[in-house]
Amino acid sequence: MDTVLFLVFALIALLCGINLVVQTHPISSALSLIGVMAALAVLYLLLGAEFLAAAQMIVYAGAIMVLFIFVIMLLNAGAERVTKTRQLVKLAGVPLMAVFLGIIAFIIQALLPKSQLVWFGGFPGGGPRDIGIPLFTNYLLPFEVTSVLILIAILGAIVLARKEID
Amino acid sequence: MDLTYIIVTLVKLAVLFGVLMTTLAYLQWIERKVIAHIQLRPGPYRVGPHGLLQPLADVIKLITKEGMIPSHVNKFVYLLAPFLAVTLALVNICVMPFGPEIKVPIPGHPVSTWLQMTDLRIGVIFVLAIGAVGVYGVALAGWSSNNKYSLIGGLRSSAQMISYELPMALAIACPLLLANTLSFRELVLAQGGYFFGFIPRWNLFQVFPLQIVAFIVFLIASFAETNRIPFDLPEAENELVAGFHTEYSSMSFASFFMAEYCNMLTAACVTTLLFLGGWQPLFPAPWSDYVAPVVFVLAGLVSLWAALNPARPKDRFTFPVVAAACFGLAALFLAGEFVFPIVNQIAMPLFWFGAKTFGLLFVWIWVRGTLPRFRYDQLMRFAWTFMFPLGMVVMLATAAVVAWFPR
Amino acid sequence: MPPAHAVPLNWYLILSAILFCLGIAGFLYRRNIITVFMSIELMLNAVNLTFITFSYKWKAVDGHIFSFFVMVVAAAEAAVGLAIILTVFKNRKSLEIDEISSMKY
Repeated sequence: MDTVLFLVFALIALLCGINLVVQTHPISSALSLIGVMAALAVLYLLLGAEFLAAAQMIVYAGAIMVLFIFVIMLLNAGAERVTKTRQLVKLAGVPLMAVFLGIIAFIIQALLPKSQLVWFGGFPGGGPRDIGIPLFTNYLLPFEVTSVLILIAILGAIVLARKEID
Repeated sequence: MDLTYIIVTLVKLAVLFGVLMTTLAYLQWIERKVIAHIQLRPGPYRVGPHGLLQPLADVIKLITKEGMIPSHVNKFVYLLAPFLAVTLALVNICVMPFGPEIKVPIPGHPVSTWLQMTDLRIGVIFVLAIGAVGVYGVALAGWSSNNKYSLIGGLRSSAQMISYELPMALAIACPLLLANTLSFRELVLAQGGYFFGFIPRWNLFQVFPLQIVAFIVFLIASFAETNRIPFDLPEAENELVAGFHTEYSSMSFASFFMAEYCNMLTAACVTTLLFLGGWQPLFPAPWSDYVAPVVFVLAGLVSLWAALNPARPKDRFTFPVVAAACFGLAALFLAGEFVFPIVNQIAMPLFWFGAKTFGLLFVWIWVRGTLPRFRYDQLMRFAWTFMFPLGMVVMLATAAVVAWFPR
Repeated sequence: MPPAHAVPLNWYLILSAILFCLGIAGFLYRRNIITVFMSIELMLNAVNLTFITFSYKWKAVDGHIFSFFVMVVAAAEAAVGLAIILTVFKNRKSLEIDEISSMKY
C-alpha cells in the first residue's frame, strides 16, 4: 500500500516537474508546479510530516502559487518564442544532466548502504504539538527573525509594485 | 484493517454522500423559499407540492442543456476549473464530526464507531488548506474563458478570497487557543460540560465577550470566502455579466453552483464545530433530550394551524401532511428516549448539530435577502483596515487571557 | 516491525535529486523570467523533501522546522521577486531574460 502510494505520487511529481520545464506557456508551467507541490504534500504525509503537508498546501500551493498566477494573468504573459538553440547545447544538455543525476544517485546509495524503510506511521512526531514546542523554545530566534524578514518583504513588495501618483 | 472496519466505513461513506447530495439540492430550495417569503411572494410553488420537486427539475434542466465550449479558450484549464472547485468543496466534509461514539449492538458483531469519516490530528488546518487551494477553481475559470469580464471577475473574486483568509485564520486561532488542539473531535469534546450547571461550555460563551467578537469576525470572513452577499460582487448577475462563470453552461455551471452551496454548508459546519459546540446539547441531559420532540410537536401544531387557515387553496391538503411528518419525527424521538436507546444515541447529537447548522444557514440566507452588496474597493478596504486589525486584537487578547489564567 | 510494503528511504532521496536537477535544467534553459523563478521554487521544494526524509531517518523534528523556515523564506522571496519582475516588465515591456541586457559591456 505504501509502495503503491509512493510510486503513484512520485510519478505525478516527476511528470509535473518535466512538464514544468518543457511547456512554453507560463500558466501551464504554473499548474505543473502546483501539481508537484500537491504530490509532494502527499509524500510528506507518508513520511509522517502532517503539519508540514498542510502548511505546504496553505503557504506554497495556496498563497505563493496564487501570487505567481496573478502575475502571469496580469502581465498577460504569452508563450515563449522558439529560437534556434545551438547544436552543442541540444546534443550535450540532457546526457550531461543524466550523468550528473547518476553521480548524485550513486553517492546517495554509497553513503546509505543499509537503506532504512519508510512506512506510514513510522514517525509519529510530526504533529502540530511536536512542531510547535521546539519552534517556540529552541528555535525562537529564527522564528522572530523570519517574522521581521516577512515584514521587510511586504514593505519591499509594496514599494516596488505601487503606481506612482503624480 | 478487518472486514468490520471496512464495511462500517463504506456504510458511513454512503450515508454521508447521500445526505450531503440531498442537502445540497434542498438547500437551494430552502434558499429560494426563504428569500421569497422575505420578499412577500410564495417562491417555487408549482413543481410538486410547495415546489419540493424544483431541485429535481433544475437538475434535469442543467444536465440536458447544451454544453458549449467557446472558441479560443485554453481547453484543459477551462475543463479543469469546475472539476477542481467541486472536488475540493466536497472533500471538506470528511473531517467534520457529527456526533460522539455510538455503540451499535448488532448480534455477533458489536460495532463501535464515531459519527465522523476520519479524524485528522490537523483537522482545522486541513479545512484551511482546502479553502486556500479552492481559490484556483475561481481564478482559473475566470482566466481561461477568454472573456475580459470573466477575467476581471475571476481576479476580483480570488483576491477577495485570499484577503479574507487572513481574518478567518486569526478568528479560528481563538477557539484553538482555548481548546489547545487542532483536531475537530477534541475541539467538540472540550466544549462539553456546563458553567454553573446550566450554561453550556461552548466556545462562544467562554472568555466573555472576546469569543463573541471572534465569532462575528469568523462569520463575516466566511461570507466573503464563500462569495455570498454582501460580498458577491464578482459573481452577481447584474455586475460583470455574472463574473467568472459567464462562459460556462450546463454541467460545468452546475458544478460551480454545487461548489458554492457546498462551501456554504462546510463553512456553517465549521462555525458550529468551532464556536457553537458541535453536537453538544444546550441544557444538561436528560432535559435536553426532550427539546427535540417539543420542537417537532410545535412545528406540527403550526402546520395544523396553517392548514386550518389556508393562504392558498392547495394548503388545505399539503399542510396536514407536513404536520403528520412533524408529529412522526416527534414520536421517533420519544420512542428513542423511552423504548430504543440506540435511536437516541444516533439521532440526538445529529439533531443538535443539524439545528445549529441550519440556524446558521438560515442566517446566511437571511443576510442574502436583506443586505445590499459591497463595492469592490469598499470590500477590500474593509478586509485590510478593519477585519484584519480586529482579528489580531481579539487573538492577542484571547492569548493574553489564556496565558494569565492557565486552565 | 516494518510492514512488508514499506518504501526504502533512498527512493525519496533519489526523487528529491531528480526534482532538483529538473529545477536546474529549467533555470538554465528557459527564457521567460517567471518560468525561471518557478524552477527556483521547484528546487526549494526538492530540498524540503530531503530535509523531511532525513528528519524521518533520525526520528527528530528539526528537519520539519528547518523545512518550515525554508517555506517562509521562499514566500518572502517570491513576493519581492515578483514585485521586481513587475517593475522590470513596466520598463522593458518584455519578459525574456535575453532582452534585459542593457547593463552588459
